[in-house]
Amino acid sequence: MREIHVDAIIAAVRDLCIRANTELGEDVLDAFRKALEREESPAGKDILKRLIQNAEIARTEGVPMCQDTGFAVIFVDMGQDVRIVGGGLREAVEEGVRQGYRDGYLRKSICHPFTRQNTGDNTPAILHLDIRPGDHFRITAAPKGGGSENMSRVTMLTPAVGVQGVKDFVVQRVKESGPNPCPPTIVGVGIGGTFETAALLAKKALLRPLGSLNPDPELAALEADWLEAVNSLGIGPQGLGGRITSLAVHIEMMPCHIASLPVAVNIQCHAARHKETEL
Amino acid sequence: MHDAVRLTTPLSREDVEKLRIGDRVLLSGIIYTARDAAHKRLVELLEAGESLPFDLEGQVIYYVGPSPAKPGRPIGAAGPTTSYRMDAYAPELIRQGLRGMIGKGARNDAVKAAMKEHKAVYFAAIGGAGALMAQSILSAEVIAYPELGPEAVRRLKVKDLPVIVANDCHGGDLYEEGVRKYARTA
Ligand code: SF4
Repeated sequence: MREIHVDAIIAAVRDLCIRANTELGEDVLDAFRKALEREESPAGKDILKRLIQNAEIARTEGVPMCQDTGFAVIFVDMGQDVRIVGGGLREAVEEGVRQGYRDGYLRKSICHPFTRQNTGDNTPAILHLDIRPGDHFRITAAPKGGGSENMSRVTMLTPAVGVQGVKDFVVQRVKESGPNPCPPTIVGVGIGGTFETAALLAKKALLRPLGSLNPDPELAALEADWLEAVNSLGIGPQGLGGRITSLAVHIEMMPCHIASLPVAVNIQCHAARHKETEL
Repeated sequence: MHDAVRLTTPLSREDVEKLRIGDRVLLSGIIYTARDAAHKRLVELLEAGESLPFDLEGQVIYYVGPSPAKPGRPIGAAGPTTSYRMDAYAPELIRQGLRGMIGKGARNDAVKAAMKEHKAVYFAAIGGAGALMAQSILSAEVIAYPELGPEAVRRLKVKDLPVIVANDCHGGDLYEEGVRKYARTA
C-alpha cells in the first residue's frame, strides 16, 4: 500500500490551478502558429497574433491568460493500491482549488444558480475519479470558462441517423455557437455510453494534446472530415469571419444501448487550459 | 491592411460616423466597465428617473469582469465577456448618450437599430486575451456597486486598447458579413 498525504494533494491542486491558468500548453501555441499560416482574413490573422502574444504575457508575468479562470474541473486517476492519509480526497481537492484561486489571483466565478450569490472561493470543484489497478496518482486540472461551456450540448439521437447524423449535429452546434465560445475552438465530441457519460467523454476528448492523432483510425478520419466541415462555416477567429473556426475536433467513443445514440459536444475556447502532474 | 485608427474618449458623433466594420481601433482615455448585474441597476436608476454613477454622454462601456489585481497592478486579466447578455439594457443606455460598447459576440436587432439611430459603435475585443488587454489599462477605480465584486462598475484609464469595429453606425455587421465572406458551401 502506497500512502499519499492530503497535504501533497492540496499543494499539487493549488499549483495546477495556477499553472493551468497562466501557462498555455505548447501544443495550443503550436496550433495557433499553424492556424496563422492558413488564416486568410486580415482580422483573423491579427487576432491569432494577439493570442500568441497574450499567452506569452500570461506566462512571463504569471497572470491568467483569460479573466474567466473557470470552473475548476479536476480529474484524479488513482491506483487502488494508494491509501490517502491525513484527511479526505474530496476535501483536499477543494482546499487545493481554494488556495490556488486565492494565491494565483484567479477570478472566483462560482455562484448559487438562482440567487447568483458567489461562493467566494471558486469551490465547489468538479471531481472526476478513476480507480484502476496499480499505485499511480495522477491529477489533471482543467479550468473551464463559462462562454464556451454555455455553447455545449448533449443530445440523444435516433440510431438511424448514423455517422452523418452525428456529424450534422456537431457542425450545427459549432455554427449556432458562432462567436460566443471565443473561436478558434476545440470541439470535443463524446459518442455513446449513456446521457451523462457522453458528456464526460466529450470533456475528456478535450484533454488530448492538440496535433495528436486519434489512435482509432476510423475516428481519426472522422475528426479530419468534421474539422474540414467546421472550418468551412467561415466563422473564423472570434467569429469575425475567417478560415480557422476550430483548431481540432477530438472524438471519444464507447458502446451504447441498442435503442440509443447519445452525442455530446463540449466546446473548448482557445484558452484550452489543462495541466497535470503525478504524485 | 490599413493601419489602426487611434481614438480618444469621449467619442463624438463624428468619430463614430467615420468608423466602418473591420476597422482596427486603438482606444485611449477613460472607459467604464459594466456587466449584466451592473446594467440591470443602471437601467433601474434611469427608469426611476435618478442620475447614474457616471455621465453617459459620449462614453464607452467595456463588458468585462476582470480577475483580481496582483499587488502593484491596476487590474488582473481583463478580456471581454459575451455581449448578448447586455442586449436587453443597451438600447436604453444608447438613447441616453452612450457612444460605444466593447465586448465579444453578436448583438441583437434592437441594439443594432439603436446604434444606427443614435450613432453608436460596437467594438469587438479579443475574447480570452485578458492578459494582453490588461497591458493597455493604466488605472482602474471602482466607482459603483463594489459589492458586485468582479461585476462592479470601474473607471478605467486606457492607452491604445486594441479593438475591432464589429458593428458600425451605418448598419454594418462584421459578424454577418465576415462569416458570409469566408463560408464555403459544402
Ligand atoms: S470562452 Fe474561454 S477564452 Fe472566452 S472568455 Fe470564456 S474562458 Fe475566456
